[in-house]
Amino acid sequence: MPDFTLWDILRNLALAARWTVALSLAAFLGSAVVGLGLLLVRLAGGPWLGRAVGAYVQLFQGTPLLMQLFLLYFGLAAVGFDTSAWLAACVALTLYASAYLTEIWRGCVAAIPRGQWEASASLALSFGQQFRHIILPQALRIAVAPTVGFLVQVVKGTALASVIGFVELTKAGGMIANVTYEPMLTYGCVALLYFVLCFPISLSARLLERKLAMRTPA
Amino acid sequence: MPLQLDFTSILVQWPLLLRGAAWTVGLTAVATLLGAALAIACAWARSNGPAPLRWLVGTYVELIRNTPFIVQLFFIFFGLPEIGIRLSPATASILAMTINLGAYATEILRAGIEATPRGQIEAAESLALTRAQIFTRVVLPPALRKVWPALVSQIVIVMLGSAVCGQISTEELSYATNLIQSRNFRAFETYIVGMLAYLGLAILVRTLLNWAGPRFLFGR
Amino acid sequence: MSAAPNATPAGAGQPHTQVGAPILRITALRKSYGTHEVLRGIDLDVARGEVVAIIGKSGSGKSTLLRCINGLEVFQHGSLIVDGRHLLHDNPKAMRELRQGVGMIFQNFNLFPHLSVGRNVMLAPHLVKRRPGPENAARARQLLARVGLAEKFDAMPDKLSGGQQQRVAIARALAMDPAILLCDEITSALDPELVGEVLRVVESLAEEGMTLLMVTHEMSFARKVADRVIFMHQGLVHEIGPPAEIFSAPRSPELRQFLSSLQD
Repeated sequence: MPDFTLWDILRNLALAARWTVALSLAAFLGSAVVGLGLLLVRLAGGPWLGRAVGAYVQLFQGTPLLMQLFLLYFGLAAVGFDTSAWLAACVALTLYASAYLTEIWRGCVAAIPRGQWEASASLALSFGQQFRHIILPQALRIAVAPTVGFLVQVVKGTALASVIGFVELTKAGGMIANVTYEPMLTYGCVALLYFVLCFPISLSARLLERKLAMRTPA
Repeated sequence: MPLQLDFTSILVQWPLLLRGAAWTVGLTAVATLLGAALAIACAWARSNGPAPLRWLVGTYVELIRNTPFIVQLFFIFFGLPEIGIRLSPATASILAMTINLGAYATEILRAGIEATPRGQIEAAESLALTRAQIFTRVVLPPALRKVWPALVSQIVIVMLGSAVCGQISTEELSYATNLIQSRNFRAFETYIVGMLAYLGLAILVRTLLNWAGPRFLFGR
Repeated sequence: MSAAPNATPAGAGQPHTQVGAPILRITALRKSYGTHEVLRGIDLDVARGEVVAIIGKSGSGKSTLLRCINGLEVFQHGSLIVDGRHLLHDNPKAMRELRQGVGMIFQNFNLFPHLSVGRNVMLAPHLVKRRPGPENAARARQLLARVGLAEKFDAMPDKLSGGQQQRVAIARALAMDPAILLCDEITSALDPELVGEVLRVVESLAEEGMTLLMVTHEMSFARKVADRVIFMHQGLVHEIGPPAEIFSAPRSPELRQFLSSLQD
């Protein structure tokens, strides 16, 4: 295909990559909110609600993101709820990522010594005050690195939205490969763009982790 | 429209589901064996190999970890024929899963290998063991034991990720699920059943590996 | 180490009980973990201004008893009244009100590592009592001066020695104007040379009339400061009396054995 240069391929992919970024950000922000809510329910909601959150985590970590997307897009449509591919992808990624984030953050909260809860409780702070003023600031510090690291999983997860027809980087790659008959070059470029998006995030997560390890006395 | 769920029309298709599940487990098993071998080789190269080899392994690990599995799969299945390498869906799936798992497992193993106390290696050296012997007999077994839970998690992640292989018509569980829903037009119930099947497989594989690892792989 | 001249006398939070009534009344308190009963029926009255030392082997239930008094441990039977307030585990609001009157000092200090010393002391009065900023800061400085750490207001906890951290923890508890102060083996985690500075602060509190309930291994300190000593054994108050009696004339063989085990 002489009228499709490498530059054309890259330019079109880069344009589609904007949707990958948008979907990643939407899902990441959404899952942060849901994940934090689930964390609070787990911490303060009593044994039954805690178990329900545990089941939620099991369900979304124990099933393929692709099947979750299918259920939300094709499944819901079959019972009369028509959603757009964008909305289905946003919701599915949010649910999926929130299960991981809430679990990551639970680990960070569990790493804060019990004495911090007890000391703040003995000073008559409410649960909300204990969490907001004592636990959260300390947990946040250790949560930054793994949370940033997980963002990479979210970006890569958005590639599955291509399967339900949402035109982001991977879907655009498929379409371009079909017109150019150069699938190897095209998918190579797609991979490269994902790498350009993800590698800096991976790297910064690693740097944050190292910085924290240095500041924390052994 | 009142919501009426009908799961029986899916469950009567159980042979299809079972076949799909068997494919999923089979693909995962093969990819796990090959991926683990690849990871051990890469981990060895990373700690003992010459600088260029170490750099090569590092690049491989980063490339795989920072790109989506589906793109890796499409590159192999749709891209490679361009240079004359034509693979069946199953072979392409196994190759993609192996390469993917290999990269993550390399990184996981490295963490365990780096935790080996220096004295252990020195003791082995003083006993005149070769470098290969030191790696396979002294360094690897405790490292494997240490990172086994992380490795099991990664194997389960790869198995769940293999749902994408249905997109190149590998006849695994997600492919079977799609086939059933295209026949009975009960997409909602079918995908729920499909998800539950995956959930069951995930729990099964995790339990099995966590049980088998300490018993058969690296002693007690 | 004398109190600052305008310091509120310790324990001067609004009293809810009439003069003479016990500030702490524990009745038939029982607690178990699963099938193991840790506290097997505790009855105890503590009068306002009284200093009570609790001694006993580890596992005798003494720390658990202390932690029941501000609700850090949940008990299954019996009742507990602090300053006229019933302890109600499943009522968060009642628990917060009760805890305002009960200060606690922990073995491991439990300072908030992300807050400066001053903010450690000011946090709870600000959040719970809504004490205005300037007043809160002045009060915190005064309390830190009282424990001998006036110059550490802006320091971070990890820059302090264990003894200094524990004194900050005492100032932090006092900032809530508790009617009663619980001390849970507060010198056990300290290097021996740092124990004295903490005990001197506690002693000054006792002299000022603060109601103190302390689990301790420092027998000479208990003997010197306490009005009453409680010997706990297997989840029960085994012996109770003035220090002279408990230490010099133990009645039960268990207490005699416990005291002699300390001499080794």
